[in-house]
Amino acid sequence: MSFALKPAPHVTPATSVPLVMRRVLYALIPATIVYTAYFGWGLLINMVIAVAAALAAEALMLRARRRAIRPGIADASAVVTAILLAFAIPPLAPWWIPALGAGVAVSLAKHLYGGLGSNLFNPAMVGYVILLISFPVEMTQWLPPVGFDPSVQQLGFWSNLNYALTGHTPSGIDIDALTQATPLDQVKEGLGQMRTLDEIRLGRLFGFYGGRGWELINGCFALGGLYLLYRGVIRWHIPVALIAGLCGCAAALHIMDPSRYSSPGFHLFGGATLLGAFFIATDPVTAAATDRGRLIFGAAIGAITYAIRTWGGYPDGLAFAVLLMNATVPLLDRYTRPRIYGHF
Amino acid sequence: MAEYQIHRRPTGGLHLAARKTISTATRINRNLAPERLIIPMTQQLGPPATPTVTVGQRVVRGQSVGAPGETPSAAVHAPRAGTVLKLEQRLVPGGNRLVQSPCVVLAVDDESTEPRTEPQGHWPDGHTDRIQAIRTAGIVGLGGAAFPTAEKLATNGSCSTLILNGAECEPYISCDDMLMRESAAEILTGAQTMMSLVGADICLLAIERDKSLALESMAAAIAELGDERIRIATVPSVYPGGGERQLIELLMGEEVPSGHYPIATGCVCQNVATAYALDRLVRAGEPLMTRIVTVTGKGVREPQNVEVPIGTPIRELIQHCGGYVGNVERLILGGSMMGYSVSSDELPVTKATNCVIAAHRDEVRDSYEEWPCIRCGNCAEVCPARLLPQDLLRRSRSYDYQQLDVLGLSDCIECGCCDVVCPSQIPLTDYFRDAKQARRTHERHRRLADTAQSRYLSKQERLRLQQEQTERLQTDLKAQVAADSKLRQETVQAAIDRVRRRRDADDAR
Repeated sequence: MSFALKPAPHVTPATSVPLVMRRVLYALIPATIVYTAYFGWGLLINMVIAVAAALAAEALMLRARRRAIRPGIADASAVVTAILLAFAIPPLAPWWIPALGAGVAVSLAKHLYGGLGSNLFNPAMVGYVILLISFPVEMTQWLPPVGFDPSVQQLGFWSNLNYALTGHTPSGIDIDALTQATPLDQVKEGLGQMRTLDEIRLGRLFGFYGGRGWELINGCFALGGLYLLYRGVIRWHIPVALIAGLCGCAAALHIMDPSRYSSPGFHLFGGATLLGAFFIATDPVTAAATDRGRLIFGAAIGAITYAIRTWGGYPDGLAFAVLLMNATVPLLDRYTRPRIYGHF
Repeated sequence: MAEYQIHRRPTGGLHLAARKTISTATRINRNLAPERLIIPMTQQLGPPATPTVTVGQRVVRGQSVGAPGETPSAAVHAPRAGTVLKLEQRLVPGGNRLVQSPCVVLAVDDESTEPRTEPQGHWPDGHTDRIQAIRTAGIVGLGGAAFPTAEKLATNGSCSTLILNGAECEPYISCDDMLMRESAAEILTGAQTMMSLVGADICLLAIERDKSLALESMAAAIAELGDERIRIATVPSVYPGGGERQLIELLMGEEVPSGHYPIATGCVCQNVATAYALDRLVRAGEPLMTRIVTVTGKGVREPQNVEVPIGTPIRELIQHCGGYVGNVERLILGGSMMGYSVSSDELPVTKATNCVIAAHRDEVRDSYEEWPCIRCGNCAEVCPARLLPQDLLRRSRSYDYQQLDVLGLSDCIECGCCDVVCPSQIPLTDYFRDAKQARRTHERHRRLADTAQSRYLSKQERLRLQQEQTERLQTDLKAQVAADSKLRQETVQAAIDRVRRRRDADDAR
């Protein structure tokens, strides 16, 4: 008899890249549902467009690089990039915004650096930042969180899709009447007008802690994050350090002057904090790989995000903070290596 | 007897499906009677033994057929009486791969013919004599590494703790478990002998928490023996918690320094089966002739533990267990994590063979498709040596030996944990084995190149010196010649002058 020769270990691997990617997508389902309930169909439309563009870019780039196309598409990493980007795009965006963002994210940020596993910068955040800088108007037209409130007008699926594709709104509705700044925008603008936080927060965009609607959506991001932690897809270090870095800075300044500096709770549940903490900064490819490196990486993202939100030119700075820290990852990994067994 | 309390958690490691109950339903089967034995001379870490028999010679049970080579080595014995058919070079199972070894092939006689056993000497009195007796009895570590036991026990009083390893952490393997259930008293007296040899004043018997029957049996035997120095340490069922270095870290809170043996931490670590073999030597004067082997997997009809005479062909062993069943995809020597696959069952069981798995396709890794590394760090989290396998992988692929040394390639114990948790399903351990091999080759080539270079340089120097000497000689010679010719000219001139003066004088006269 003759038997197959294979290297040890002979135990079947417990996980796979497609499984990891699928789990990230599962973890985003609750947030997607709640988001859609508050802001209408825009997110789902953006997701579909972004995923299509990302897959097309993935296939084109793989072809250009003379790599096998099927496994590159099947690992779903491009889908994850596209879905995360869609969360960062206003629900009422013209179709080419998610398409361009996802295409740039996959082709420029991922494949030009060598494809899956080799990119230095988080592709979704590169796509987002390019869109934000290039098309600031389209990228800041957010909708008010209507939710289940029937008294406020909300676009239906078809008019939403029609707007995304043609830029036309149904007759009688002006786009400026529909859109609004985000809570973080309003805080920044209000503080610029020398109003106190308490006055600003009287606006109807604000909820218990952060923005209305956003509180619940962010809660869903946290829930998804806990699922990823439970499944071992991510480790606790980056989310905990990021939240600690952000809330630590916020708490210190909030205690000194509560009328000018928002509370840690507002920072935690406002903007992209929890999406970033559990889904963006934890992207394994672009995050630090050692435990100590991850703590530094997360804490620095939190602190930089706080600094940009408070003193910078942009209402939310998480994307910039992530990209900045991505650039430090090779250095972090180099200087935070654990001590090897038996080396003293 | 107080149980030894552990206050630490193992570094890294995995909870794996144990699959040990497949082979633990029946007692150890001691009825295997092989017809033919292939006894390898390389069954231990270190140089091969030297065959001491000739073709056609009749040997009795327990007779030495191989004398120990240079230390560390161990003798090899015939486990059954028989006639030497041939002496030949064969591929035999080594520690982690097949190796070439001289082998004694024996046709086993009818057991009833006399004499059956070579008379054995008594257990000697002096320490040196006892160590020598263990060496000539061919006892090696039976946990799988086959390190000669005599060398391990020949410490110079620097050992305080004997760790008796009953933590059989790898999936499928159950031979130590079964031995502890059935022969607890013998293991303990063997351990006592070891303690007196190394001068240890405490013995920690490490057994995994999920081996309740072995724990019960050993605890009862310790109570009966009444030796307060031997204590049971219940360890978590984490792979590779039974590795020597991992066990020392867990039990003693100390790490064995890189590149050293455990004795550097004052510990000697011995497998329970080795203690049993030592007890057989002390009690009955028996050399190491058999070992317990777990025969398991879905591909064997009656999975069980068998006491196997060393040298029994695996095919006969499988036949003894009811033969193959179904489509056997892979034959593995050792456990499913560190064992290696072999293509043929025409190989002998050696002292290092603790397990034979006849695996069906659904029991083993089937697809070897891999994705690029996504830097998730799962591998680093489970690494018991706290290495960064993903960084090692990158450097292994580029054969960057300097960085591989910095990253601790040589500290990789090849446990395979990183492979199991890798979402990209990269065969990391295989890359590391390959890199270690390439590094050794590179090292050898570099040494050869260094030697050649130093030889070349010294030859250059020698030639230069020679040249200088020649030149110096030539200069001297020239000076000599010049001096000589000058002297001759002067002499001639003087003679001419003399003649001329005389002629002038004559003319004047």
